[in-house]
Amino acid sequence: MAEYMLETKNLGISFGGLKAAQDVNIRIKKNQLYGLIGPNGAGKTTIFNLLTCIYKPTTGTFYLDGEEMVGFAPHKINQKGIARTFQNIRLFNNMTVVRNVMVGLHNRPEYKCSVLESFFRLPRHFKVEKEMREKAKELLRIFGLEEERNNLACNLPYGKQRKLEIARALATNPKILLLDEPAAGMNPNETEDLAQTIRFIRDNFDMTILLIEHDMRFVSELCDELTVLSFGTVLAQGDTKTVLQDPEVIKAYIGG
Amino acid sequence: MRLGKVKINHYINYLVIGLMTLVLGVMSASGAGFDSSLLFLLEKIAISIILAVSLSLVVGFLGELSLGHAGFMCIGAYIGGKVSALLVPSMGNSLVPLLIALLVGCAAAAVCGVIVGIPALRLRGDYLAIVTLAFGEIVKSLFLNTSEKTFGGTLGLDTPRYDKDYLFVIAFVLVLITLAIVQNYIRSKHGRAVTAIRDNEIAARATGINVTKYKLLTFILSAALAGMAGVLYSYSNYNVQSLKFGYNYSIEILVMVVLGGMGNINGSIIAAVLITWLNTWLPTKLTGDLAVLQNLLYALVLIVIVIYNNAPKLKAFRDTYNFGALMRKFQKHDPAHIKDDNAKWDVVPTKISMDEVLSVDFTPQNLGPDKKGGDK
Repeated sequence: MAEYMLETKNLGISFGGLKAAQDVNIRIKKNQLYGLIGPNGAGKTTIFNLLTCIYKPTTGTFYLDGEEMVGFAPHKINQKGIARTFQNIRLFNNMTVVRNVMVGLHNRPEYKCSVLESFFRLPRHFKVEKEMREKAKELLRIFGLEEERNNLACNLPYGKQRKLEIARALATNPKILLLDEPAAGMNPNETEDLAQTIRFIRDNFDMTILLIEHDMRFVSELCDELTVLSFGTVLAQGDTKTVLQDPEVIKAYIGG
Repeated sequence: MRLGKVKINHYINYLVIGLMTLVLGVMSASGAGFDSSLLFLLEKIAISIILAVSLSLVVGFLGELSLGHAGFMCIGAYIGGKVSALLVPSMGNSLVPLLIALLVGCAAAAVCGVIVGIPALRLRGDYLAIVTLAFGEIVKSLFLNTSEKTFGGTLGLDTPRYDKDYLFVIAFVLVLITLAIVQNYIRSKHGRAVTAIRDNEIAARATGINVTKYKLLTFILSAALAGMAGVLYSYSNYNVQSLKFGYNYSIEILVMVVLGGMGNINGSIIAAVLITWLNTWLPTKLTGDLAVLQNLLYALVLIVIVIYNNAPKLKAFRDTYNFGALMRKFQKHDPAHIKDDNAKWDVVPTKISMDEVLSVDFTPQNLGPDKKGGDK
């Protein structure tokens, strides 16, 4: 067990001459709620894409639970234990809610079932299908989506789509959960509800969570520690209260 | 609908096709006097069903447009036909050479499935459509330019037609096997992964789905089944002409899939039967000067079905007056009770339209911003 669940070392990427992120050092302890904030275009989502190996870093590396993660394929990264949600929701729209979550359960070792076992309809196939459905229902119950489980994902209201995306990410049994602006476009009630859900996940799933957010109240309420990015570089880092009072941070946000 | 623990909806297509085959088989065996044109039509229908169902795997469930399905069939027909032409003189026209030809034909087509599947991992939408289209044409030309001794060249490959009347029964048994393979694949966690890739590839990848594996597997399966249809074709004809497997034929198979509702297997089966029958029946009715009307009528029928499938008012009409809605009228409806969706495998993944398939945005990284804008 490494000291940090997620640790980046001088992580950086440049697209041509544009340094989208450089020298980003983030250390997240187990079971921590960590915030990544910064003005538009600061490189927050770029960091997420680096951490999920959609981009390959040009400098630096990062470790999950002590294991170096650079160079894996995106689906392998998920299997290693990094799950994410997207800024613009990406659900499997034409599939039912319960099946969205079941896709998340796909790679869990306890639901292993080879293609041939499915072709020949061996008992294992039925057992796995049944167990996956039960497990998915259980997860949906936590998120208050059980009643909606047979609706198509695209027919869910916005707030519930966000929750479903988190549920699907959780279904993959990650070590760390990356949430990209989970509260974007939500009204205050939904935001409050979401904050409770995120805390619940942290406490009950023993989860480490890294989130990007613009809503300062949401961040200050929720996160233990913050990293502020601006133009791809780290502006400030540390415990939430101190960081939010840092004059540099206020300047970057309000301008001046 | 449930009958005890067995879900009828899951097995209805096996039941209908199985029963029909049994009845027709018994009728034919008891000397009901099926003439050869009817037998030939039945064989053709079976071949069409196999092709439509296997293409529906790629187009309906994986969401990739393939215009080279006839190419895979062509490979099956030529390789399988050649194998049977070599084996039949020594082994007699029995089941054993048929099975060997089927296996070899499927395997050859599957290998080509890999060849086409690999670019399919990088290309999407229109670009993949063009690659598959080119593949079909290449295969056709290759066989056309072989020497007369190997694959017949311009004369076509002479194949031994199966000499028993019950070839159509064998064909329909193969239809059932195709159905079993495709449906068992789709109605499993693997099929769910495939539909997830169709719905949102980036999200599927981020959810840990091995996109490469499932795309390739789906392409290979689809190609192998098309190869099987090809072998059947070579057995139901005396001669295999590569010109038959041009893009027109690929489009015809695609039309069956689209008309049936993409991702709807039963729909594809019905469309395959109707179109094959129409193609055989129209030329017998419209002869002489009226022959020019054949294509016109065929096109009209297609237009009417597409409108029926897509016009909003007709859609609403179908939603109100369909079998399910009628059944519900007779049943007590309890909104608090939510049924599990086990029985609805085929209903759910049908919503992509042709527009969507054709308008997939191609960016060099294949991971660029999506339609809505913004980043990932």
